[in-house]
Amino acid sequence: MNDAIIISIVMTVVGAATPILLAALGELIVEKSGVLNLGVEGMMLIGAVTGFAVTSVTGVPMIGVFCAMIAATCAALLFGYLTLTLSSNQVATGLALTIFGIGLSSLAGEGYVGKTIDIYASVFPAGLAEHSFFRVIFGYSPIVYFSFFMTFMVAWFLKRTRAGLILRAVGESAGSAHSIGYSVVGVRYAAVAFGGAMAGVGGCYYSMVLTPMWAEELTAGRGWIALALVVFAAWRPGRLLLGAYLFGAVMTFELHAKAAGFSLVAPEFLAAMPYIATIVVLALISLRKSAGAKAPACLAQPFKAST
Amino acid sequence: MTKLTRRKILQTSAGAAATLPLIGAPAFGADPLKVGFVYLGPIGDHGWTYAHEQGRQDAIKHFGDKIATTIVENVAEGPDSERVIRNLAQDGHDLIFTTSFGYMQPTLKVAKRYKKIKFEHATGYKRSKNVATYNARFYEGRAVCGTIAGHMSKSGVAGYIASFPIPEVVMGINAFTLAARKVNPKFETKVLWVSSWYDPAKEADAAKALIDQGADVIAQHTDSPAALQACEQRGLMAFGQAWDMSSFAPKAHLTAIANKWGVHYIKSIQGVMDGNWKGGDTWWGFKEGVIEMTPYNERIPADVQAAANATRDGIIDGSAPAFAGPFNDQSGKERVAAGAALNDGDLHKMDWYVEGVQS
Repeated sequence: MNDAIIISIVMTVVGAATPILLAALGELIVEKSGVLNLGVEGMMLIGAVTGFAVTSVTGVPMIGVFCAMIAATCAALLFGYLTLTLSSNQVATGLALTIFGIGLSSLAGEGYVGKTIDIYASVFPAGLAEHSFFRVIFGYSPIVYFSFFMTFMVAWFLKRTRAGLILRAVGESAGSAHSIGYSVVGVRYAAVAFGGAMAGVGGCYYSMVLTPMWAEELTAGRGWIALALVVFAAWRPGRLLLGAYLFGAVMTFELHAKAAGFSLVAPEFLAAMPYIATIVVLALISLRKSAGAKAPACLAQPFKAST
Repeated sequence: MTKLTRRKILQTSAGAAATLPLIGAPAFGADPLKVGFVYLGPIGDHGWTYAHEQGRQDAIKHFGDKIATTIVENVAEGPDSERVIRNLAQDGHDLIFTTSFGYMQPTLKVAKRYKKIKFEHATGYKRSKNVATYNARFYEGRAVCGTIAGHMSKSGVAGYIASFPIPEVVMGINAFTLAARKVNPKFETKVLWVSSWYDPAKEADAAKALIDQGADVIAQHTDSPAALQACEQRGLMAFGQAWDMSSFAPKAHLTAIANKWGVHYIKSIQGVMDGNWKGGDTWWGFKEGVIEMTPYNERIPADVQAAANATRDGIIDGSAPAFAGPFNDQSGKERVAAGAALNDGDLHKMDWYVEGVQS
């Protein structure tokens, strides 16, 4: 294997990892606040179609990404209204959001099928990314750097800030947080909105960077991998980053190995790997009784303040 | 004159307010022939379902108000489709096309109850008295792609993004490789299975992996234009799938195999109208016009275009079928001798690769 192939492999892994990392970071915050939003796939699709449509109309990818965040956040807030204000079942509502997102995005994107836009590519000067080594560092879309930044921010927020502490308190013991005067529903709304925005960016990475086009169900189930990733990472941002790149490597490495003439295992097995890994991690978590690696205690439990 | 029974009166009056209820309506042209279509995806998928919809439009153009068509989109394969097909049958449709493989059992089941209605099921292999099957010889188009790839590829290596190892896909890979090796005897096809008909991100990754391994032209048996875009970005070449995908990759898109189901639909509808509809299997290709190549990219030199057309013409007039011997299988053993060719039965159960395929 020469340098060019290794660099290309690294870059495809980054491409596979970035969107699921972004969406999973959002879901991590949502779940830390005690809400389970299974609508990640739907929100990603809404983000993907919005990002593509706005970019193809305005020609400015920044606006596309921004609008993708807004649109996916709106979908997330709809979920929030149903589950937080009306206390509907989170699992059922989340699944409905996914189905809704698939339908809405194909309806909204109908006029954009068959069009292309320029890739939202590296913002660094072209000369910098010319050398193959520097391309590994500077050759990505701004969204990739954004995903690293956000991983850091989420870790810092949860660990070091007061707001992060409140968020975790709401997720671990909604009743206690309420009794000392925090607005449980308010915090959860904010978390759900953040989850939507991140899923939106993750989604538009597909339609603007990886495959600059719109087609129905463009994300092809990656939202579910993001959901699995949160569990795999045991709700820790650092591990989430690691897991995203591990999942990304698993998803793409087989293709490179096969193309080079090595056959490791059946491709179907590798496609199932993220889910198998998640089940294994879940089993490990329930075997090990240490506190840090558990699901938020109030996950998926509706909260209604008694007046 | 047929004997009038209460049941028959009920049956026919349920249809339209016809004055001549028991005489075959098509002969009089008063009642249009009712034709139903069951679609797997949305019409806007610009792929499989889109092509069937174009076929329906062709039929409407051909017959005008002599037919009335009904479509049902987004019908999931399995039990749900049985309900849809039964509804169409109850609604008095005379001919029903079910356009996806997974409708096979439901179509047969409904057809058993509605013996007077004709059913046609796309890509299936089970037939009955009133259930016919139809498919297109896509592999013929693959052979034309192979000829072009053999000429255009500098590295002599093609990448082939494949979905599932079923005969339909395998024969496409083989036809492509055979044709390319006729041009360049050292030509190789690297096959990558992505285990999906549609997964743009994975198809793009597969294309990149193949390019990294030396492929400079990509063919695919998956539905998204992602691989074309990857080739466009790297200045390489690729073939579209199912329809003209050149808008996604104006430079990379060499040509594509387009499905023209209308030819078949017109013939079948005519058959039902004339009362001489026959069941059985229809497997048409270039000759009958069910598949055709979309316009060649102008980067293909004239002599290569001529060679591609020669491949097509050889298939049409039977002088050079896509699977004409001699050729070897993957292990180098002669599989088909000179002067022989594979027949349809062999093709339908093809589970081996020709020489030059790496998978």
